[in-house]
Amino acid sequence: MRCLFWIFCLLGALCPPLVFALTPEQAGQIAAGDLDDRIKTLNAVVAEADTALEPFVKALLDEAVKTSAGKAYIVADGKTVEAATGKPAVLPADAEDTVTNNRMRRELESAIAVLRLVSPDRAVRAAAITELKDQVDEGKLGLIDKATTAETDPELKARLQLLRAAVLISSDDPAKRLTAAKALSGSSSPATRSLLLEKLGSEPDATVKAAIQAALDSVQGQLVWGERLGLLFTGLSLGSILLLVALGLAITYGLMGVINMAHGELMMIGAYATYVVQNLFKNYLPGAFDGYILVAIPAAFLASALVGAVLERTVIRWLYGRPLETLLATWGISLVLMQAVRSIFGAQNVGVENPAWMSGGVQVLPNLVLPYNRLAILVFAALVLLAMAALIGKTRLGLFVRAVTQNRRMASCVGVNTSRIDMLAFALGAGIAGLAGCALSQVGNVGPDLGQGYIVDSFMVVVLGGVGQLAGTVYAALGLGLMNKLLEGWAGAVLAKIMVLVFIVVFIQKRPQGIFAVKGRSAEA
Amino acid sequence: MSTVMMSPQALQQKRGLLLGVRGWTAVLSALAVLTVLIPLLNRVVPADSVFHLSDYAVGLTGKILCYAICALAMDLIWGYTGILSLGHGLFFALGGYGMGMYLMRQIGRDGNYKSDLPDFMVFLNWKDLPWTWALSDSFIAQMALVVLVPGLLALVFGWFAFRSRIKGVYFSIITQALTYAAMLLFFRNETGFGGNNGFTDFKRILGQPIATPTTRITLFIITGATLVGFYLLARWIVNSKYGRVLQAIRDAETRVMFTGYNPLAYKLSIWTLSAVMCGVAGALYVPQVGIINPSEMSPSAGIEIAIWAAVGGRATLIGPIIGAFFVNGAKSWFTVAFPEFWLYFLGALFIAVTLFLPQGIVGLFKRFSRSAADTANDAANRTHA
Amino acid sequence: MTPDLMEEGARRREAYAARQQAGTGTESGGRQAAFGRIAKLGVPDFTHGVALYLDDISVSFDGFRALNKLSLAVNVGELRCIIGPNGAGKTTMMDCITGKTRPDSGRAFFGSTIDLLRLTEPQIAQIGIGRKFQKPTVYEDLSVFENLELALLADRRVRASLFSRLGGEQLDRIGQTLGTIHLRHEAQRTAGLLSHGQKQWLEIGMLLMQDPKLLLLDEPVAGMTDEETERTAELFLSLEGKHSLVVVEHDMKFVDQLTQGRKKVTVLHEGSVLAEGLLSEVQANEKVVEVYLGR
Repeated sequence: MRCLFWIFCLLGALCPPLVFALTPEQAGQIAAGDLDDRIKTLNAVVAEADTALEPFVKALLDEAVKTSAGKAYIVADGKTVEAATGKPAVLPADAEDTVTNNRMRRELESAIAVLRLVSPDRAVRAAAITELKDQVDEGKLGLIDKATTAETDPELKARLQLLRAAVLISSDDPAKRLTAAKALSGSSSPATRSLLLEKLGSEPDATVKAAIQAALDSVQGQLVWGERLGLLFTGLSLGSILLLVALGLAITYGLMGVINMAHGELMMIGAYATYVVQNLFKNYLPGAFDGYILVAIPAAFLASALVGAVLERTVIRWLYGRPLETLLATWGISLVLMQAVRSIFGAQNVGVENPAWMSGGVQVLPNLVLPYNRLAILVFAALVLLAMAALIGKTRLGLFVRAVTQNRRMASCVGVNTSRIDMLAFALGAGIAGLAGCALSQVGNVGPDLGQGYIVDSFMVVVLGGVGQLAGTVYAALGLGLMNKLLEGWAGAVLAKIMVLVFIVVFIQKRPQGIFAVKGRSAEA
Repeated sequence: MSTVMMSPQALQQKRGLLLGVRGWTAVLSALAVLTVLIPLLNRVVPADSVFHLSDYAVGLTGKILCYAICALAMDLIWGYTGILSLGHGLFFALGGYGMGMYLMRQIGRDGNYKSDLPDFMVFLNWKDLPWTWALSDSFIAQMALVVLVPGLLALVFGWFAFRSRIKGVYFSIITQALTYAAMLLFFRNETGFGGNNGFTDFKRILGQPIATPTTRITLFIITGATLVGFYLLARWIVNSKYGRVLQAIRDAETRVMFTGYNPLAYKLSIWTLSAVMCGVAGALYVPQVGIINPSEMSPSAGIEIAIWAAVGGRATLIGPIIGAFFVNGAKSWFTVAFPEFWLYFLGALFIAVTLFLPQGIVGLFKRFSRSAADTANDAANRTHA
Repeated sequence: MTPDLMEEGARRREAYAARQQAGTGTESGGRQAAFGRIAKLGVPDFTHGVALYLDDISVSFDGFRALNKLSLAVNVGELRCIIGPNGAGKTTMMDCITGKTRPDSGRAFFGSTIDLLRLTEPQIAQIGIGRKFQKPTVYEDLSVFENLELALLADRRVRASLFSRLGGEQLDRIGQTLGTIHLRHEAQRTAGLLSHGQKQWLEIGMLLMQDPKLLLLDEPVAGMTDEETERTAELFLSLEGKHSLVVVEHDMKFVDQLTQGRKKVTVLHEGSVLAEGLLSEVQANEKVVEVYLGR
């Protein structure tokens, strides 16, 4: 049997590499028999790179192949065809199922990938190379070389060469290892770095070791950019979230002098509103689920704004000019809100899923993936900021708000309805908190104590950024987000937080009013 | 309109005695109740009598006495000096940890792992005591730390904060951030203070077993006496010129500066004293309650101290003590009877006190007594006329 | 040594001292100023006759020029009135003198030796400059007596405050001040319950308790009745000579009562001195009329 097989191979090799039909014998050999032999046959057949082989291998993986008397049949959808030729056939009565264990499965999968290396479709080839990265061995080298020579696309060619080098670095021949090490220095993938690190430890030959080290340094250099940018992005992302959270607070405190300890809970209400909208969509409009976020945004805004307006009317309006009392009263409100949410929704976290278009991310560098949901939040935060600035600076309502906060008596003398403006301004701040909660629901857990985690950070932003100008809040939020992330990578999350706090206390020494200090008499506050 | 017209000399005389006759009677009887009556009711009166005070009641009261010391400290800085600190729970916890360290070492080899090191260190695979535990063997040294650690921290933080003239809400927020950061720090196992489990399972204190009724009642008596002692100290401070400068700082700090006083020294001294008081309270708290963990440093714990002072009545010294008893008593009752409603009650309390009862319970009392006196006066006047 | 001789000796000493005092009447300070003097820390040197000296003080707030090269000199024992429209910088000038605001440029001296720009507010108060604010800033929750007691010139440190007792002399001073400010019958009243005019008086009383060498009074009679205004004028006139006073006011009648046609008035406008001279001269000045007094 085996001689026949080799003769066929020889003939096959001598023949021009046209469409080479899989012989029934080979099919039969691959489908049944000793495992090692099956794999050898498989590799040999695969080495001939016939894409017609693919359906057969796939069928093997799907366990749709049966053997009988050295012949293989594919059974699919009730129809039986001969494995090699594809011609319809009748399944013999004594047909047995093929045995496909894990090892066989792995070989079959890499066989498919290798076959795909010579597919006419570029995308398929690219995908195949990516898949093979983790599972190459020297046996496949022949085909890889073949594919490399046949490859026309330069990028894919380069990747194939890297693949080759990755294989060769484990070769027995030191010379091959040396060339491989040199070739690998051009890579910029974290997998290569791990591979090189691994090899560095176990390499006996000194020259090769040096080459591996050099390659490692080079790869490291390429990766570090990815890491830096990744850090920058995470910092910006955190900063954008802090900005959303602190913006509402900046309005209520900065413009109105109301310190609102229930701000975190207003965020939580926005997050829960998003959850409710999500559930509504899931139950009643499953087809439009991906668009739920567009309804959730105004819903969160309105829910929080409504709660904020009620709070302002009932509690806060009586406490203007008494900031310490407002602090305590709003803390009490936060307790009530948290407990209320616990009673209604339960004390556990609830699940909020990203819509499909926000899942996943864009791969910018080999070791840098920017998640879509965080990108969306960055954009969202910027939009909210612009809308806020426009509202406060350019509209009549904004003008009234500024007038009332700067000189309440005078504004009411001129005919501005101060109590209504108070309520609207507070509701606005609360609504923005709701938007922040909506954004948070897309990146984190939603639970009754969602707000507690952000309250200290948001206050730090307000303290640092100074009061009375939105610009300070922006710079402080982004700055703190970046600083936090940078320090985190270096010293761990807790120490980073402590360092940021110490920094703020020291900074306040120099500029007690924050980044944007307001000089003169109005600085009496 | 009759106002009491006291000559300056008479005023001076009155101040010399610190408290009037009524005041001294009240204080001494309170001392007697705490140090004599309650122990008697617990230890001597038989268990089936209606007058008996259960061990649970004694423990609860002892705990609230410690809280009352914190509330008193809060009144000194908030009621009299106008500094609202939301982070005093930190000093309380630091004192508690100081005592806790000593008690953990006193467990000796009786822990789960039968080692010289506390259990949690064995669990973390540590071989030696960290440097922070160097003095934890000696009671005197640890007690010194109970006073020094909160005191030094308060001194340093206060110096930076008051020097930069951080006032009002900014200051409160920063104290909250400070205690939050400390809590995060103590939650880490690497910090060496038991992580989020903290210290517990104490066995002995000063050679005596810790869970016996005798030890408990002794601790109770000490706590009660400490509270009365601190009250007298606070009363002396508040009645002196120093106390009046504090109130002046609360009311019009600019004027105080232009009168030549340096508010920094005054604020810093009262701030440090209040921190030390909280530290001592924490140290007395831990052996009675048997556990200390980082949640004692949480921002919500610190804010509760403020509400005890507000509910009782700020700037009265006795008010916050009453407030501490009222709120914690209510908490014990609620968490047993209606646990889901406790937070509603507490939240509503915060709101109600700030909106309707700015003078607290003591203020309410004063209003009643004044209106009662007025009606009595009117009645007397009418009979005369 | 007989009693007569002792008395004679005392009389001669007093005459000599009086002559020495009179010697400071000249511009350059007389004999005392000519010799070397030891500068004592915290004690202003008035031998040259200038109590307050401001030179080219400039302050800007966020681009707005509050003070623009302001120069002013007040003599020892003088009562100077400062007038000017709103926004002229009068309060800002006082802020600079007392250390509340740091000027961007310029110099400020108290006496000939003390640089005010280097001191903090409590230090400036301790060396003898007292300020009365536009809005009365008394301690609302303390009694009138306690307000005055706090202002009493005494050791300002923490330990002293903890252990201090009021001595007989101090009690007498408080009583005296209570009389001067006509609040003797309200000594135990909570300061917050006083009328506006009474609060102004209390604040002036607190100022007097400090026994300052220079008094800065920002609109002291705002909100007072005519009778109260007259009494205030009397008080200030009685202080003149022993203390130096700078009074900022809008009430021209009050200014007239104070200056009595003999004293200098300074007009501020847009952060610098517009005119200086007797009230009658200033009132006749075209620029002043246009800017402030009106026709």
